[in-house]
Amino acid sequence: MSRTFRLTPPLNDADTTALKIGDRVLITGTIYTGRDAAHKRIVEALQNGQEPPFPLKGAVIYYVGSSPAPPGRVIGAAGPTTSYRMDSYTPTMLQLGLKAMIGKGKRGEEVKAAMAQHKAVYLGAIGGAGALMARAIVEAEVIAYPELGPEAVRRLVVKDMPLVCVNDVHGGDLYLEGRRDYQR
Amino acid sequence: MSNLRTIDVALIRDTVADLCGQADLLLPADVRRALEQGLAAEESPVGKEILTRLLENADIAAAESMPICQDCGLAVVFLDVGQDLHLIGGDLVTAVNEGVRRGYERHYLRKSVCHPFTRANTGDNTPAVVHARIVPGDKVHLWVVPKGGGSENMSKVFLVTPAQGLPGVKERVLETVEAAGPNPCPPIILGVAIGSTFDDACLRAKRTLLRELGSVNPDPEAAALESELLTMVNNTGIGPAGLGGRVTCLGVFVDIKPCHIASLPLAVNVQCHAARHKEAVL
Ligand code: SF4
Repeated sequence: MSRTFRLTPPLNDADTTALKIGDRVLITGTIYTGRDAAHKRIVEALQNGQEPPFPLKGAVIYYVGSSPAPPGRVIGAAGPTTSYRMDSYTPTMLQLGLKAMIGKGKRGEEVKAAMAQHKAVYLGAIGGAGALMARAIVEAEVIAYPELGPEAVRRLVVKDMPLVCVNDVHGGDLYLEGRRDYQR
Repeated sequence: MSNLRTIDVALIRDTVADLCGQADLLLPADVRRALEQGLAAEESPVGKEILTRLLENADIAAAESMPICQDCGLAVVFLDVGQDLHLIGGDLVTAVNEGVRRGYERHYLRKSVCHPFTRANTGDNTPAVVHARIVPGDKVHLWVVPKGGGSENMSKVFLVTPAQGLPGVKERVLETVEAAGPNPCPPIILGVAIGSTFDDACLRAKRTLLRELGSVNPDPEAAALESELLTMVNNTGIGPAGLGGRVTCLGVFVDIKPCHIASLPLAVNVQCHAARHKEAVL
């Protein structure tokens, strides 16, 4: 049976090192959103010596562009977007302390190497389960790049956000391991 | 011609707006059935859990009027317009775009259309992609198909050589699925168009996605290839969410058409489990 870990950001090396692929992770606390357009801005800001829109040390980023919040809701549907589009920006973010990324889909070799080096993990959320994922989000607030609309950076407060460890700090990759038993 | 039936494009506009909402909020019955059958067939415990969650997600979306998926898609609109019909009240494509604009705003759907280079969002999910064709009769049949970026990005077109033939076609389909892996939110659906020209193959691949899951292809050659490809794809073991399992694909739709003596075009349109499509006849 897979193990379940409850984590609260900011994360440290001990939190991430304990995780192995296939482990269930429930995150409670503050995380930040960002897709490719936001990553581009963040990395450009860093290159110009500016501060990132949120503290990267120990941070958890969720690759999501939610749908608009209907009346009386904090957020609309909020499932993960495909992560490889962030790959070219990721090593820089990991170097500055980013500890976990939430998304769906494969990561590049360079990102996997950077994860091992900086002791960071990649957590999978269920792609296309936007209405379900929204239930774990209790607060949402745009904190940077509002002009990007759905791609703006948001601060989210989540409760028991259900995830699975896809890439651990030990070089494991659930997308490669998981299918072995079912391949014919 | 006084006996010509007329339809005001305002009706098409309002229908498109409604269908955008229905499509993004309500999982089609055929997809739900396919997910339930997948759940029964799945051997992987993790795969079963993912499929259960996807069904739960559809229930939550319907009960709470939330989109199934936050990627509410680029609106692809197919229109079969009867040749004995007269459309009045303005330009058809303008009306469709206005319907998309209103539908996405009214139903709190994500606007996911931007300039290709600046990435500046157009703000209203337009322009839609409109495929209109003239058919016999005096009705308008329209389909709204919001297409997500994650699965569309994994789609491919190949100009296979005639010498590579059918084995080459199968190999390319499998290669497309392998390259996509977990990215297009499996379980996926594949629209596979073979033959004709480069452009027509792509359009037919998308059009096949309007078919009902579980429906039998009237072309026996295509039907046989569908079941063979389905087995091949499920044997990759990619599984639900790409975490491993026997249910990688809910259905393959194949469309075969003659081509130039020098060519063998193949288009593979990858569709995610959020296979949203809603239709209406006016
Ligand atoms: S691929 Fe489909 S299910 Fe997955 S995020 Fe995109 S639209 Fe949603």
